Amino acid sequence: MKPAPFEYFAPRTLDEALDLLESEGSEARVIAGGQSLVPMLALRLARPEVLIDLNRIPELSRIRQEGSTIHIGAMTRQAHALASSLVFEQLPLLHYGLQNVGHPPTRARGTLGGSLSHADPAAETPAVMLAYKADMVLKSKQGERIIPADEFTLGTFDTAIEPGEILAEIRVQAKPNEGAALVELSRRKGDFAMASAAARVSLAADGTCAEAHLIVGAVAPVPLRFDAVTDALKGQKFSEAVVREALELMDLELFEFDNEDISLEYRRKIGPVMAERALLQAFKRAEGMQK
Amino acid sequence: MTLHQVSFTVNGKKVSVEVEPRQTLADVLRGQLGLTGTHLGCEHGVCGACTIIVNGEPARGCLMLGVQAEGAEILTVEGASPDEGLSLIQEALREFHGLQCGFCTPGMVMALHHLFSVNTSPTEEEIKEAISGQLCRCTGYQGIVNAAKAVAQRLQAQQ
Repeated sequence: MKPAPFEYFAPRTLDEALDLLESEGSEARVIAGGQSLVPMLALRLARPEVLIDLNRIPELSRIRQEGSTIHIGAMTRQAHALASSLVFEQLPLLHYGLQNVGHPPTRARGTLGGSLSHADPAAETPAVMLAYKADMVLKSKQGERIIPADEFTLGTFDTAIEPGEILAEIRVQAKPNEGAALVELSRRKGDFAMASAAARVSLAADGTCAEAHLIVGAVAPVPLRFDAVTDALKGQKFSEAVVREALELMDLELFEFDNEDISLEYRRKIGPVMAERALLQAFKRAEGMQK
Repeated sequence: MTLHQVSFTVNGKKVSVEVEPRQTLADVLRGQLGLTGTHLGCEHGVCGACTIIVNGEPARGCLMLGVQAEGAEILTVEGASPDEGLSLIQEALREFHGLQCGFCTPGMVMALHHLFSVNTSPTEEEIKEAISGQLCRCTGYQGIVNAAKAVAQRLQAQQ
């Protein structure tokens, strides 16, 4: 349970980190909060020859609002974002999602960018960013690429980040006037989800659904978006019956994971249940904001 | 492989040690600095026995590299206990059967230490959230939760 030897660099700027990433080549890996990479080093699932530590780069860990866009530095700690009033007010789904990420000691070190780059199918942050249609800002020596969330997470532990690139920032449109919820089923709170659902709901003045988004996570290599369900909810007043009827449109064929301990059949049962709870909770919160 | 000279503060004392990059902070604390109160269970971030306080925040000692501790202020279970006797948290854990074999206890003490450093009157739910990342195979947790509730009551009485 000890990592294999590697060289270590702690650059102070993003430019310096990108220089190192280029000069050290394919055997180098960047380390963010280390809450997934260090276990992989300890288990020797990862054996990089060089680690480039992003923890000493202050420019990567800021959250700021510019107009209607929230810019979240990739090295923002999960605990910091969870405690941020800007996040709570402008991106409530991110707030509720982070409540389900790990435990206090892992959130204190773990970062948003690290979680997104690791791309664990059971992770909450990729589902949240997909629900927000966020943009991922990738930096390299060649410049910058902006990748939308639905093209960023490609599969289990696989993202659109190319060699030489670092996820530097996440850009999200502020959504202050909507209800949001992230609900998941896990054996103990903070454990990996067996199925999770993220929902955003905004209401028209008459209390009917103006816009909704639904993502289900932990059931396939990437989080799944179910626009057919939320399209059916548009213009409707939410009730358990209305949501259940819309959830009939959830294409359960898209669910893929089938493990010994959690079968595909079981995930197809609990996925819609999580979705129902998330939609109803988000709706209640949206109603609360109208009062 | 390059060795790195790393300087940081542990339990109020400045230290400087030479480390290999691959050494975890928990290994550096235990091996180079002799602070064996920090326990290592799973060594991959699951069990929480190695939980310490880094710059005021709880952290898994096995998920930080020693070389990352440069300039940090670290508190381990040794620094969270008085020179003689037990701390309020330790005393309550003993009294309420919050430990049996004791392996998880240093991590529990540090997780609770952080909780009470930010919140002197936590609810039962907040206590459970604070220790949610700590595995205990002996107590079934209720003794630990009861101990933490007693600490909260005693802190209130002191005020």
